[in-house]
Amino acid sequence: MKSAPLLRAAGDTGGGPSGYRSIAELAAKTGLWVLTAVLSVLFTLLLFAYVIRMSEGDWRSLAVPWQLWMNTGVLILGSIALQHAATIARRPRPDGLNASLLIGGVCGLAFLAGQLWAWERLNALNHTIAANPANSFFYLLTGLHGVHVIGGLVALAWGVTLVRRYPGALRSRLCVALCARYWHFLLAVWLVLFGALLWITPEIARNLCGVS
Amino acid sequence: MALAIALFLITVVAVLFQFLSPWWLTPLASNWRQMDDTLTITLVVTGIFFVGINLFLVYVLLRYRHRKGRRAAYEPVNRKLERWLLLGTTLAIVLLLAPGLFVYAEYLKTPRDALVVEVLGQQWQWRYRFPGQDHKLGQTDTRFITSDNPFGIDPADPNGQGNILIDNNELHLPINRPVKMLLRSRDVLHDFFVPPFRARMNMVPGMVTTFWFTPTKAGRYEVVCAQLCGIGHSNMRGYVVVEDDASFASWLKTQPTFAQTMAKNGAGGDALATQGKLLAQAKGCIACHTVDGNAGVGPTWKGLYGKTETMADGSTALVDEAYLKAFIRNPTARVVKGYAPIMPKIDLTDQEVAELIAYIKANASAGQPGTATQKPGV
Amino acid sequence: MYANLSPLHEPRSFLTKYVWCQDHKVIAIQYSLTAIAVGVIGVVLSNLMRLQLGFPGRFAFIDANHYYQFVTMHGMIMVIYLLTALFLGGFGNYLIPLMIGARDMVFPYLNMMSYWVYQLAVWVLIASFFVPGGPTGAGWTLYPPQAILPGTPGVEWGIVLMLVSLAIFIVATTMGGLNYVTTVLQARTEGMTLMRMPLTVWGIFVATILALLAFPALLVSAIMMLLDRLLQTSFFMPSVVSMGAQLQHNGGSPLLFQHLFWFFGHPEVYIVALPAFGIVSDLISVHARKSIFGYRNMVWAIVAIGGLSLVVWAHHMYVAGMNPYFGFFFATTTLIIAVPTAIKVYNWLLTLWRGDLHLTVPMLFAIGFISTFVIGGLTGLFLGNVSVDIPLSNTYFVVAHFHMVMGVSPILVVFGGLYHWYPKITGRMLNDGLGKFHFWVTFVGTYAIYFPMHYLGVLGMPRRYYAYDNYQFIPASAQTLNAAITVVAILVGLAQLVFLFNLAWSLFKGRRAGANPWRAASLEWQTPDTPPVHGNWGATLPIVYRGAYAYSVPGAAQDFVPQNAPPDAAFDEPGDIRQSVKGTQT
Repeated sequence: MKSAPLLRAAGDTGGGPSGYRSIAELAAKTGLWVLTAVLSVLFTLLLFAYVIRMSEGDWRSLAVPWQLWMNTGVLILGSIALQHAATIARRPRPDGLNASLLIGGVCGLAFLAGQLWAWERLNALNHTIAANPANSFFYLLTGLHGVHVIGGLVALAWGVTLVRRYPGALRSRLCVALCARYWHFLLAVWLVLFGALLWITPEIARNLCGVS
Repeated sequence: MALAIALFLITVVAVLFQFLSPWWLTPLASNWRQMDDTLTITLVVTGIFFVGINLFLVYVLLRYRHRKGRRAAYEPVNRKLERWLLLGTTLAIVLLLAPGLFVYAEYLKTPRDALVVEVLGQQWQWRYRFPGQDHKLGQTDTRFITSDNPFGIDPADPNGQGNILIDNNELHLPINRPVKMLLRSRDVLHDFFVPPFRARMNMVPGMVTTFWFTPTKAGRYEVVCAQLCGIGHSNMRGYVVVEDDASFASWLKTQPTFAQTMAKNGAGGDALATQGKLLAQAKGCIACHTVDGNAGVGPTWKGLYGKTETMADGSTALVDEAYLKAFIRNPTARVVKGYAPIMPKIDLTDQEVAELIAYIKANASAGQPGTATQKPGV
Repeated sequence: MYANLSPLHEPRSFLTKYVWCQDHKVIAIQYSLTAIAVGVIGVVLSNLMRLQLGFPGRFAFIDANHYYQFVTMHGMIMVIYLLTALFLGGFGNYLIPLMIGARDMVFPYLNMMSYWVYQLAVWVLIASFFVPGGPTGAGWTLYPPQAILPGTPGVEWGIVLMLVSLAIFIVATTMGGLNYVTTVLQARTEGMTLMRMPLTVWGIFVATILALLAFPALLVSAIMMLLDRLLQTSFFMPSVVSMGAQLQHNGGSPLLFQHLFWFFGHPEVYIVALPAFGIVSDLISVHARKSIFGYRNMVWAIVAIGGLSLVVWAHHMYVAGMNPYFGFFFATTTLIIAVPTAIKVYNWLLTLWRGDLHLTVPMLFAIGFISTFVIGGLTGLFLGNVSVDIPLSNTYFVVAHFHMVMGVSPILVVFGGLYHWYPKITGRMLNDGLGKFHFWVTFVGTYAIYFPMHYLGVLGMPRRYYAYDNYQFIPASAQTLNAAITVVAILVGLAQLVFLFNLAWSLFKGRRAGANPWRAASLEWQTPDTPPVHGNWGATLPIVYRGAYAYSVPGAAQDFVPQNAPPDAAFDEPGDIRQSVKGTQT
């Protein structure tokens, strides 16, 4: 049974030494873009709900635990590590690939651990989830983001497996590249959420919602 | 062929149905004639399209059904026709929408001199509140709600003292005077809807919503709750009586103010029955049993105690404490004539059963303050 | 060489051929059978509701609790677990790769997983019938605060399972949606440009994009409601005194839920309608032997409807208590969306005009669709116009409208599509006589059920009422009408058994169909094998030289030219041929 790579219109090449892309690679990249769009809608809606709820009168802003700053740094490190991994993977001799992937994974786990630590600290200070809507949203925003980081770690584990089983193959490089892109996306989402937690105040929310 | 005939018949029946069926708008009893007019315009326009398109289908089915040797025409596009259809449709849509938006703009402009009435909804009953002489309504909050203060009026707010409270489901309104309805809910979403008035709005806990109308026809109208609010949703009945100014004023004078109800309740009263009343609300009994004489899903408690009740099998029984206790503990053992055996068995302690029975007993005689006389319905 | 970058494995064992199968055709059939099975449950629930409405109080076990549970589960099952799953997971999975000339979906493993996650969602939903308190009775719209407060059935467990089931379903839909969108974008065969795809693919494609963008709103509201219910947060819960007791919640906004829900809910109805629009275009075209009129505008209409559907949601909230000025905006956008919809109706009619109409069973259903969709769409104009909606909201007018546009017309298309593509899927024809019987009872029956219902709504009868005892403004004749509607509804429900029997019986005894019994031009009918085998196309993929609607083309020998038939200067546009030769094939 013959394989049937499909060319886009002539002239649209780019990427890869053989001068053409396979459906599989294009599809995987497109698929990730579509997923990115879906998750963007998810987090945008969550932020809308955040602002709307904040404009009701009972909001008591939560002081952001310091751990979140540290976790942001860790996430940035993870992005750098995985981007490095994606770059190495494209080389004919991918030295250091495994190390970069491992660092990326460790950063991800460290991020999650740090978030859980922040949760634990808040709980200890009696900032429980139901006590105030600001608390509820804090746990919800960080929690939903964390769930997607777990998903990213699962994908990364799969990437590591592929790299070990099929070193140098297109599928392995592709998986690593996509994991890196997904990671950058989660970092971008985190920066937006973190910014919202830090800088949106009930005053701003009420202005946005046209409430006095 | 059969399909052409069927579509033709459907079109004919549909048009006949419109003119011959007994089901149409209830007679208008408010100022919102424009809503009816816009409905009619929409009906005419959509009716023309409905008939036209179906008859077109009939024609096409007859004229172009497959016959041997026929071949379809080949016209995959006709830019000019498509452009005209687009423009024509857009125009029709604008002509439909514009009147509707004009009427809506009127709906949002509450008259300055409107009489203010508050409707309080809860699962599953209505209450009403009028401002007193000072034209101000007192502040409310759910934390003030008790069985003595069902409206949750802040006792410390001087504006609330003179508020006139209607602690039953019948509201009176003066004819030909614009009314601004303020809608409030204690628990879940409800909707105060009187079909002949046309205007209505959801009631949202945590908010006050509003709409306005002017009642233009005297009569007694039924209120239906029009937003699903639990199992008692279809039993959440109320009434609006529209009458002349004099009758309205004299009715209003007989209603207690907030200050008066607080004084009366403070003076004691049957603690057991008061608890029973609270229980009847908490356990949902009032979803099916009214205290104002109206039949609900279950028999009304007004005048129940001491009555001789007829069972479905023809036997009779005196409604005393033993009867009530047996029914509450084992609801489906007997069936009262005219009712279905659907009363749920609810877990109650003996004390709670005693409180409920005390409350039912308290309703044995003449009704609650402010219950209206039963006038024939509209 | 496919998505997981390994050769397309030929499934060998029974399990990998029929159960854990990554072939889109098998997955499609799995989706369809599961959706139809829950649909049967949905029909039974509706009949139970109608028994109470037609003969109130006669059936002791249909008490208020059960009634509202039936109402809720019926609605949720039909909208989500039947219609969405069937159009996207069933029709989408089967037809997209075949219609665009692909061997399979681009992510076959993910596709397979999406089905099993969907099935899990179904089981969780069914489980809610068996937990203490039973399933939720909050209405399919699940509005808080009532959905999670006593007084509504199912607050203990039912609502929790419902929300969890929805979340699982959303994961399944996302997995499937990634497949459908990416496959259409990347896996079209040579010559299959976007503007040569059949409208079925366009309808499902745009519907899938909507699903991907809209379901997150439902997920957000489901998670928040779960937290409100389980952890006493106050996303949607204001301060309430429920059954005499002041609850802990405070400050939440029930309207926030409604905005989120309908931001999902309105696109959802187009997720159901757009595939129906696409499929019916193909049915009409094939059975009238005529190219769909105005293909380009049909595509634009689908895209416009999809885009506009994201900005009309608050027409479900005109009387909800939201900022009243929103009413102007949403009424305007809602009536604007009527324009591309009307264009589509005109174009279907103009396709039939001067066509060569074969009144086969699929064609009967297609024409039935036009008639019922027209009335459903027209009543939408009443409800979309804000001030006309005020007295009609939450009455039976709304119930009649949405059943016509969601429950009748798309279902007629489902039937039409199944009669149409059954021969491709199985190699046999469905029985014609049974099909005609099924059509007539369903078509006439649903008209008889829903047409009069509009009038009950205009009268002012509220929806979601368990009983209408002793209302003065409701004449006794309305109760008689309700009884009549119930009888018809039960008959229509029973008639569907004939269809199910036909599906099963024809598998073994149906007349053998041949590869292309309807003589259709689109690519799915041009497979070398019928039913198509794994990989669909044999050794080489087809090459497409023209659009999907080359019927009765002047100069052609037959009254149809398949998409992949070699180019012929006698009737192909020169531009067409040039387009197809662009790019090289290896």
